[in-house]
Amino acid sequence: MYALEINQLTKTYRNGFVALKGIDLKVQRGDFFALLGPNGAGKSTCIGIITSLINKTSGSVRVFGHDLDRELIDAKRKIGVVPQEFNFNIFEPVQEIIANQGGYYGVPASQARKQTEVYLRELGLWDKRHLQARELSGGMKRRLMIARALVHQPELLILDEPTAGVDIELRRSMWKFMRRINEQGTTIILTTHYLEEAEQMCKNIAIIDQGNIIENTSMKALLSTLDTETFILYLREELLHLPTISAEFAIRQVDEHTLEVDVPKQLTLNQVILQLHQQNLQIDSMRNKVNRLEELFVSMVDKKEQAA
Amino acid sequence: MSPLQRYSIAYLTIARKEILRFSRIWVQTIVPPVIMVALYFIIFGNLIGARIGRMDGMAYIDFIMPGLIMMAVITNSYSNVVSSFFSAKFSHHIEEMLVSPIPNLVILLGFLTGGIARGLSVGLAVTLASLFFTSFRVDNPIMVVGVAFLTALLFSLAGLINGIFAKSFDDVSIVPTFVLTPLIYLGGIFYSIQLLPPFWQNISLGNPILYMINSFRYGFLGVTDIDITTALIIIMIFTIALFSIALSLLNRGIGIRQ
Repeated sequence: MYALEINQLTKTYRNGFVALKGIDLKVQRGDFFALLGPNGAGKSTCIGIITSLINKTSGSVRVFGHDLDRELIDAKRKIGVVPQEFNFNIFEPVQEIIANQGGYYGVPASQARKQTEVYLRELGLWDKRHLQARELSGGMKRRLMIARALVHQPELLILDEPTAGVDIELRRSMWKFMRRINEQGTTIILTTHYLEEAEQMCKNIAIIDQGNIIENTSMKALLSTLDTETFILYLREELLHLPTISAEFAIRQVDEHTLEVDVPKQLTLNQVILQLHQQNLQIDSMRNKVNRLEELFVSMVDKKEQAA
Repeated sequence: MSPLQRYSIAYLTIARKEILRFSRIWVQTIVPPVIMVALYFIIFGNLIGARIGRMDGMAYIDFIMPGLIMMAVITNSYSNVVSSFFSAKFSHHIEEMLVSPIPNLVILLGFLTGGIARGLSVGLAVTLASLFFTSFRVDNPIMVVGVAFLTALLFSLAGLINGIFAKSFDDVSIVPTFVLTPLIYLGGIFYSIQLLPPFWQNISLGNPILYMINSFRYGFLGVTDIDITTALIIIMIFTIALFSIALSLLNRGIGIRQ
């Protein structure tokens, strides 16, 4: 049984805009799944339909086997959602927002209070529990929504850009937390514009563009389709001239201490380093020019646009 | 845990939240209607009422008292639900309930409980305040409580329907200003419809609030302009109709789901 199974899902809005054009998607139980796509691709519509905030036009959605048309309540009980936009009452105290959400899911008050404490402590908000939500910073508000989504212990957690506008330190601590939740058995679907985040966290991925799924595979398989990777190498000494290396590698000088080199998939970076070493060039550090997933994502979306 | 137990918890959560919402700001929600009705008592009851003389065989201040209480119940139950539902919609926190495994009936009952609680709390506060201006007997307490409850329920439903269709804060205030207030004032709070010419008497019979005020007055004072059974049937019909409409709108996701 899949955590999420979508078949031929379509959505046409009243103004005639077709947001989803018959997508199929399957997410395995326990997966950490990335749903990526440019703005307006249909990600939020898809999530809106799964969480029943948007009515679908046709197709079917099953959550742990429960069909949204026939067993909506059972399906909803399995889901926790962290939306893109803040959607809590800003005048309510933090603690109450979370405990109330537990109540909506039928969690008895004493248990909801206990769960509220657990997740507020986990997410570093326990000392803010009596504050009104409007008094929290942007990052705290995001964490509040994560705690709220977890209070009824969902089996499927949907994170719609949970780290948007969150500083890097906090983002990393949130990743760590989400990874732990996933390891404990919660299936997670993540949408994000930070592709580094998706690459590091997710096992499987779907890319959606203009209402169609244009890729749906494992992260490993997707990254292995990259023909060439570009690396930036930082050299210790000043470069007097562009070093000569094998013709299979394209090498360019960025400035007097920096080289940019394209490494084809069938070759290794070791060969580049070896050849530079033979020319007495010492490499201080190196990095990918762009995130690998980002490179693939951009090329896939570009190809699709050109085809259209 | 059975679905019924889960829904009970969800209902109590929504109801508690709705009651806390208005009771936390009691200075803004409970006190102003009491002051307003006190002013009505002073001006229309004591100052002008003394010159009007008797209405339906009783002092004018006693005649208007049930209508003034009913006015407070109507406006407060209506405004509580319309403002709560619309602000939840406007700031999107209605989504907290929409994504949760709660039947729409439970959401509806939760909001209605808030509206009824505020309507009856204000009604009680106004009744106690009226003791400063007049003493009264209650002829039929069951009728008083029953009509107050049904009226609060009916106008909570009307407020919810307004909230469902409202797209801006203007839409929230248009109905109370241009529909509700005229109907209340023309619903026989300050006069007996027997004073009107036959044509206007017949027009007044089309005003549902007339039936509520008269039933309520009957409960307090034992006098009415209209047949009580007819009045109760009309109130029940309106309540059932609005309940069905509100539930159907929620089920269809009008104004809340895309």
